[in-house]
Amino acid sequence: MNNHIVKSYDDEQRVLLDELIRMGHMSVAQLEAALDVVERRDDKAAERVIGNDDAIDALEQQVNHDVIRLIRRGPLAGDLRVILAALRVASDIERIGDLAANIAKRSMALNLAPPLPHTRGLDALGRMAARQVREVLEAYVQRDGEAALRVRASDAELDTLYTGLFRELLTYMMEDARAITPCTHLLFMAKNLERIGDHATNIAENVWFLIHGEELMPPRDKRDESSTTVV
Amino acid sequence: MTHLTRIDAMNDARLAVAASVRDAILPTDAPVKIAARDLNFWYDRFHAVKHINLEVPEKRVTALIGPSGCGKSTLLRVFNRIYALYPKLEAKGEVLLDGENILDPKYPMNRLRSKVGMVFQKPVPFPMTIYENVAYGIRHHEKLNKADLDARVELALRQAALWDEVKDKLKESGLGLSGGQQQRLCIARAVALKPDVLLLDEPTSALDPISTSRIEQLVEELKRDFTIMIVTHNMQQAARVSDYTAFMYLGDLVEHGATEQIFSNPVKQQTEDYITGRFG
Repeated sequence: MNNHIVKSYDDEQRVLLDELIRMGHMSVAQLEAALDVVERRDDKAAERVIGNDDAIDALEQQVNHDVIRLIRRGPLAGDLRVILAALRVASDIERIGDLAANIAKRSMALNLAPPLPHTRGLDALGRMAARQVREVLEAYVQRDGEAALRVRASDAELDTLYTGLFRELLTYMMEDARAITPCTHLLFMAKNLERIGDHATNIAENVWFLIHGEELMPPRDKRDESSTTVV
Repeated sequence: MTHLTRIDAMNDARLAVAASVRDAILPTDAPVKIAARDLNFWYDRFHAVKHINLEVPEKRVTALIGPSGCGKSTLLRVFNRIYALYPKLEAKGEVLLDGENILDPKYPMNRLRSKVGMVFQKPVPFPMTIYENVAYGIRHHEKLNKADLDARVELALRQAALWDEVKDKLKESGLGLSGGQQQRLCIARAVALKPDVLLLDEPTSALDPISTSRIEQLVEELKRDFTIMIVTHNMQQAARVSDYTAFMYLGDLVEHGATEQIFSNPVKQQTEDYITGRFG
């Protein structure tokens, strides 16, 4: 990622990576904050999380701008992959930010009803998703393909947890019709977290592409069975 | 269409895409036009080209890239034995054109010149009319009547995408044309002999961007009829116009493969460092 004869080329690539890391850390912070506001039933904090999402969007625009500047240099080989991966990773991080903000938004709807005991499973799912994102970002920074593969493989655990929570929430809804509204919000929130895991997987695949120049990775285990689940 | 057939169709489409990506990356089954076998070249005591083994597929564009002095232009010049004009230069090994070794002193030079055309960095039209620039070489190799010669000159100028610009001034001097037009005139002169192979040695390095684009477009059209080798210092140009790329360094052939692979995911670190502007 360095040692170009034209030094400003190295500088521009470094700036791009810094922006992506900053974006990534912000998205993890947003996700963890969103999980906290669900737990604490804090509408004010939820609004702050929703508002913060603009900063991630703005950074994505900055990344796009910097990518265009780098493309003007006519990147080839590894430099070309840096650019492609950066664009795709930025887009995944931006989606993670959106999904986190949406969790915060739905927490405000949850707060209109009495507290539910079912948010603990959501928190566990969320912590695991946050860990996935943090680890994949580290793999991206370190250009560690093996670490990326591990993140990708562990998405199956997230899927299993999500499918379990899905069944649990369906059961609550069947037991008590008054739980339908909050449980529906919880279902969407859980789905958001499962999607965040998928974005972490996308990033892992881009790390692999960045290092090896291949899109293809070994087949992965998928365990999200919620699409076919009935209780 | 039932759901199942739709899914089958989607699968077929997916497989077709996978196959097209694979074809783009893997070498095609085009027959080998030129093959260098353990080719070496010396400028007196300087070993400029070292043990090169290279296969050039027919009717494809192969780009030679590498830093100045890496031997790429030398290699091109060995392919038409132009070095034989100078003393103290020596080639060893084989260059097989359609299976025949052109380095064999018995291989007739006239035949080689008509089979392998060359265009140089700076356009060098002969100091004669546009028509004569093209007709000159044809006359040297063939006896044609006026009408046939006219037709051949027109064909060559059309192949070089120059005809429309010069058809009304064929009797004017070739030196009066712009740089880009002069280079296309040189290409017309080369293709007029109906060669099999065209060697282009940095053909656009002295041209402006528009003329460069015209030559690149021309290369795309010419590869329907000719096997083309192009030496270029412009990596983007190699990536744009060639099907295969060979990277040379200090007389060695470091890496040779499909252009798409070389410019997106080269195997050798040296290739990566050169094409991404880290040395050279």
